[in-house]
Amino acid sequence: MTNENLKDKLLTAFQANEANLNGVSKTALHQKRREAIQYFEKLGFPTTKHEEWKYSNVSPLTKEGFELNASTDFGYEDVKMLDIPKLKGNILYFVNGIYNAELSVIVSPAEQLTIYNWAEALKNKPELLDTYFAQYANYQNDAFTALNTAFAHDGVVIEVPDNTVVEEPVILRFITDARTANVAAQPRNLIVAGKNTEVKVAESYRTVGENAGFVNTVTEIVLGENANVQHYKIQNDGQKSHHIGTTQVNQADNSHFYSVTVTINGGFVRNNLNIVLNGQHCEAFMYGLYFPNGKQHVDNHTLVDHAKPNSYSNELYKGILKDKSTGVFNGKIFVRPDAQKTNAYQSCRNVVLSDDASMNTKPQLEIYADDVKCSHGTTTGKLNDEAIFYMRSRGIPLAEAQTLLMYAFCEDVISQIKIDPIRAYLEEMIAQKLAE
Amino acid sequence: MLKITDLQAAVDGKEILKGINLEVNPGEVHAIMGPNGSGKSTLASVLAGRDSYEITGGSVTFEGKDLLEFSPEVRAAEGIFLAFQYPVEIPGVTTINFLKTALNEIRKYRGEEPLDAAQFLKRMRERAKFVNIDDALLKRSLNEGFSGGEKKRNEIFQMAMLEPKLAMLDETDSGLDIDALRIVAEGVNKLRSPERAIIVVTHYQRLLDYIVPDFVHVLYKGRIVKSGPKELAFELEEKGYDWIKAEVEAATV
Ligand SMILES: Nc1ncnc2c1ncn2[C@@H]1O[C@H](COP(=O)(O)OP(=O)(O)O)[C@@H](O)[C@H]1O
Ligand SMILES: [Mg+2]
Repeated sequence: MTNENLKDKLLTAFQANEANLNGVSKTALHQKRREAIQYFEKLGFPTTKHEEWKYSNVSPLTKEGFELNASTDFGYEDVKMLDIPKLKGNILYFVNGIYNAELSVIVSPAEQLTIYNWAEALKNKPELLDTYFAQYANYQNDAFTALNTAFAHDGVVIEVPDNTVVEEPVILRFITDARTANVAAQPRNLIVAGKNTEVKVAESYRTVGENAGFVNTVTEIVLGENANVQHYKIQNDGQKSHHIGTTQVNQADNSHFYSVTVTINGGFVRNNLNIVLNGQHCEAFMYGLYFPNGKQHVDNHTLVDHAKPNSYSNELYKGILKDKSTGVFNGKIFVRPDAQKTNAYQSCRNVVLSDDASMNTKPQLEIYADDVKCSHGTTTGKLNDEAIFYMRSRGIPLAEAQTLLMYAFCEDVISQIKIDPIRAYLEEMIAQKLAE
Repeated sequence: MLKITDLQAAVDGKEILKGINLEVNPGEVHAIMGPNGSGKSTLASVLAGRDSYEITGGSVTFEGKDLLEFSPEVRAAEGIFLAFQYPVEIPGVTTINFLKTALNEIRKYRGEEPLDAAQFLKRMRERAKFVNIDDALLKRSLNEGFSGGEKKRNEIFQMAMLEPKLAMLDETDSGLDIDALRIVAEGVNKLRSPERAIIVVTHYQRLLDYIVPDFVHVLYKGRIVKSGPKELAFELEEKGYDWIKAEVEAATV
């Protein structure tokens, strides 16, 4: 099995799945899946010749064997080990891509939000999937999104009705149980926030076990007018994990979107964050933080598409790289011809602590309107020696001083996380990781 | 307490300290004066353990121990303190958090229990009064966006918190107006004690009106070329440094 090429294996699996679908194969939703698999077949996995994948090589992934429907006995005892102290809210577990009802709790009243796994959504709200599924995330040009779309069959579907503030956060915990085998999972999520709504959603990715994992995830987020969505993505995967994820956001007038992506660990990580500011007076804030060490690779690709006038976007990504790790930041800002009065800011700052670590940053501004304010800047440097000496001269040992400085460097991103128990948990994990 | 013998130091192969001799005893206040570029900050930095300087000769003992063998943090824990001429801004680290870490690291080195939050706050409130620093400033990132005066007061506040045996104040008066100068000097005077030695590095005599030294040394071209009682400072104020320079040039010819 390991010798079989991953692409062929996936194509075969798609056909086998389809044979079991019976009547469902005629639905509009499945037609999209079928279209998507055709795109995947045509596109194939990207190579480093592909401009968007120049510094992120997926060929080791494509040579690895994965179980597509790996069984798991991940249960209560395992959850305890991953407990986030004091965290309250809607906490949903997906193990190897499949919703686990026993482990999950939903506390928000139904009038504040509907929250379904795919099976429930197909039964209770098929029109929601028909309307929104695969309408935003581009499967025509992106092989991984095509693949995810083709295999989409579980994940979360969230709808916040108009004029609603969802008080409790939604925490989605995607567990890769790689304790007994190499595991692949492709969660597919849809979040629809109606007009005048507020909701916080956190996606956490976590691997248990030492085998390889392949998680290919897509989340589509649709913001209605005046919606306010906080979206966090927190990754703590294994050394042999491959995570490829796309967060696709579409914003209507006056909506506010806040994104924070924190990568604590992961062998190979590629995060795509694509935001279309498809309305006026929108705001989008994007924050990122990554700490690769060892041979970890973390690639953040962001795209902000200012499609309408008078909107604002601001982006801050920060990384600390150690050992032989590599990082990529690619930030594209696209301002369309009629998106006048756009304000778009971007900054990527990195601390590279080893000569063998490297960071590739590429800001890309494509501006087709003339009355805009855009700026971007990237820096890559070391820790400030003067600051270190100052701290040491007050009695703080070198290692401690370095950790304090690194921690301080992260602070303005960490503080953007507005779910207190998650922020506290992250602070601890980051402190641990920095001290490694 | 501190004994410097024929200390020589260089940076990038350029000799800056060319044989310094100085002895400081507990309770004494020494002023080190001298024109710009004569090596005053270098001397203070070398004693604090800055590693960008290469020690090319001589020795320094502190309470009988070889100071030059110690890392900067161990020197601090042994009781050395440097109030920086240009305090560094450290975004993201609050003064409180910084000092708490520093103080407890020093206590750990000395085998003392760490101060708990309440003890620390009590001490902080008490010492902040020495130099008129308010709480709000201490909650901000260390020195970030502080005015020149605030930075210098913060240095003396840190000295008050850490209670060093030997404090070196590098141009603590520079950039201060007369009121701020008085506050800083009063803070320092409150910290004078028979156990504590202070080295005041300054370019001007005016600070010494407030912090009255026991000895005055003139550093010029990397050497202490003249030492005397506090009156030497007045003489320098009156006559400038030229006569000293002339004396030195005459001697070397
Ligand atoms: N890091 C350094 N690199 C190069 N030259 C230095 C460095 N530090 C000090 N110097 C030089 O050493 C001399 C003494 O400087 P300094 O100790 O700052 O003098 P002072 O404090 O008495 O004004 C000056 O000529 C200065 O330019
Ligand atoms: Mg100086």
